[in-house]
Amino acid sequence: MKETQIIEKQDASSQTKVRISGAEAVVKCLLAEGVDILYGYPGGAIMPVYDELYKYKSQIHHVLTRHEQAAAHSAQGYARISGKVGVAMATSGPGATNLITGIADAQIDSTPLVCITGQVASHLLGSDAFQETDIVGISTPVTKWNHQITKASEIPAVLAKAFYIAKSGRPGPVLIDITKDAQLEEFDFQYKKCTGIRSYNPIPVIDNSAITEAAAMINAAKKPLIVWGQGILLGEAEAEFKAVIEKAGIPSAWTILGASAIPTSHPLNVGMVGMHGNYAPNVLTNECDVLIAIGMRFDDRVTGNLKTYAKQAKIIHFDIDPSEIDKNVKTDLAVLGDAKESLSLLLPHLNLNKHTDWLQKFKDLYTIEFEKVIKNDLHPTMEGLTMGEVLNEINQVTEGNAAIISDVGQHQMIACRYAEFNKSKSNITSGGLGTMGFALPAAIGAKMAAPDRDVIAIIGDGGYQMTIQELGTIFQTKVPVKIVVLNNEFLGMVRQWQELFFDKRYASTEMVNPDFVAIAKGYFIEAKKVTKREELKDAVAEMMACEGAYFLEVRVEKEGNVFPMIPTGASVSDIRLS
Amino acid sequence: MSESINTYTVSVYTENNIGLLNRISAIFQRRHMNIESLNTSVSEIEGVSRFTIVVEMTEEQIKKIIGQIEKQVEVIKAYYHTDEETVYQESCMFKIKSDLLFEEREIQNIIKESNARIVTVNKEFFVLEKSGRRNEIELLHRELSVFGIMQFTRSGRIAVTKEPMEVTQMLEAFNH
Repeated sequence: MKETQIIEKQDASSQTKVRISGAEAVVKCLLAEGVDILYGYPGGAIMPVYDELYKYKSQIHHVLTRHEQAAAHSAQGYARISGKVGVAMATSGPGATNLITGIADAQIDSTPLVCITGQVASHLLGSDAFQETDIVGISTPVTKWNHQITKASEIPAVLAKAFYIAKSGRPGPVLIDITKDAQLEEFDFQYKKCTGIRSYNPIPVIDNSAITEAAAMINAAKKPLIVWGQGILLGEAEAEFKAVIEKAGIPSAWTILGASAIPTSHPLNVGMVGMHGNYAPNVLTNECDVLIAIGMRFDDRVTGNLKTYAKQAKIIHFDIDPSEIDKNVKTDLAVLGDAKESLSLLLPHLNLNKHTDWLQKFKDLYTIEFEKVIKNDLHPTMEGLTMGEVLNEINQVTEGNAAIISDVGQHQMIACRYAEFNKSKSNITSGGLGTMGFALPAAIGAKMAAPDRDVIAIIGDGGYQMTIQELGTIFQTKVPVKIVVLNNEFLGMVRQWQELFFDKRYASTEMVNPDFVAIAKGYFIEAKKVTKREELKDAVAEMMACEGAYFLEVRVEKEGNVFPMIPTGASVSDIRLS
Repeated sequence: MSESINTYTVSVYTENNIGLLNRISAIFQRRHMNIESLNTSVSEIEGVSRFTIVVEMTEEQIKKIIGQIEKQVEVIKAYYHTDEETVYQESCMFKIKSDLLFEEREIQNIIKESNARIVTVNKEFFVLEKSGRRNEIELLHRELSVFGIMQFTRSGRIAVTKEPMEVTQMLEAFNH
């Protein structure tokens, strides 16, 4: 080794040094990283930073959420819709532990977050001091990287590294814990952006032979199927992806987090794969001859039983994360690298193709699904309202231009199945972790990051009550989010499983709910409840026409079920339509 | 790929950071996998730490584990090797009553034959150190336990590979 070892690379251009406190340095670092908004909750161990946020409030907007979990989810919503790093801040102890659910959610859904927590003074570490908790230890399994700062002088380099790690390669959450003495200590501040870390290779170099081999396999395929995931959105590879599928004429299906990368109406968009996905792509997964997975990770909710998943097909897996290759599904060919670059290298090698007969199979199966499921969901003839018809009504008004932020459960599956998308990064939901309570705070962050877009949160009556306190944040910030609660007075998805697999023993799934409209009005948010089909159209129109935030409760059929469904452990091709 | 369970020696080159041990051990814990032994030390490269972890699992499992370890930001490179591909040793210490050393001729023979080393002797006890393969250490333990052992401890495995490691070249590439 040479005498001077470079562990991290930094931007050559640098500011001049100024003597400031660690707390002020934190704010200056955020500004240097282009952060204009952050979500958090103050407390003893982070007060010096809040004092600086007060001084810098014309340059950086701190949103006071009503719970730290919501701060993390709001930062996620901000990150998911904008592609930028979301920032959340909390104090030590309970403030920090409350962030954990959001951090875990961001970790499994690859969302770039920087979470900053205050910590007790360094001389108190390990003494069980007031509001001391080992948040670095606790957050280790659910962060891409984390670090504790005990000296002010560490702040610029560590925060620069935090932003670089959160955003680069496969994104993820980073937690930085800063002791109170480090916040108060003065030092000579100078910020340099991080541009590389020697132990960290975020983007694998593309192997050109893998590209040509992939092209040869795709060109030879008679029945190719693409399953794409969030990697297309994270890699901003939408245009390259569209060019690839259009040239090669490949039917393409999406995972829940991949939704909206291409418009819903695109003729090659054959719908969602997985447990409550569409009939055709699930069934035909087990008939295709080449399965091309792009920026997805073969989650168990996507694959069903692995022993019977696409066994007849050759599998090509494009991913930025080498640890995803062969993790769940054995691949015949791995193409490591950034999606945008990989797909643009692939494009010229592809033959023009149409696969008309193969695509027709998808259309035929769609017709079956439409007759047996979709028609009844979207245009019901029974008395009770369905979740699907609410989504259908929203589609009519938004024309697919809104961002849909869904929570977790039946309404989430319905929202993802039926919401129409014209624009990428429009389907924001808790995919991997399945965090109830995600949608309301995430919608706040999404709307703030994309103020020009309509942002509609679709939430169940269960999940809504997990973070209902964020109505306070909406009231205080006047963020004009639209909130739709699809109220079936049940924890619907669990109830559905109880009906199908537990002989209708509805253990702890029935909910006696409060007057949601009165609660919204208590926060001075315009609110309405719909119980009849004939009221729905006008109510949705009124909500979308409203300038400010709006709460709409729709009483839906109590015991409605989501179909199609792949029961746990079943094969994707054994998907049930009823 | 073989589905049989083998002993693998995992060598991990890392930055020297607080918390990395936690991060690496959590990868095993989360998958309900036991670590047979673990040793951390400096490596041949200045400023770079080396973890030597011994595990028993299938090759398919160890490949996934290596992927997860390498994914950690502060891990430079991780490798796995079979026993045949490495040269490895463990070390152990025995604390035994000094009287036995002088009264039991057989103990002296055992020490001589096992290539163990006497580290210190005083009136009450003597300390014996032995490095070698696990079976040699276990044999010595069995032989000495007949006489009574006051204290015993054994280290984790340390190992070097027969094949060259290319970590230095990787790090130098970063400098350019």
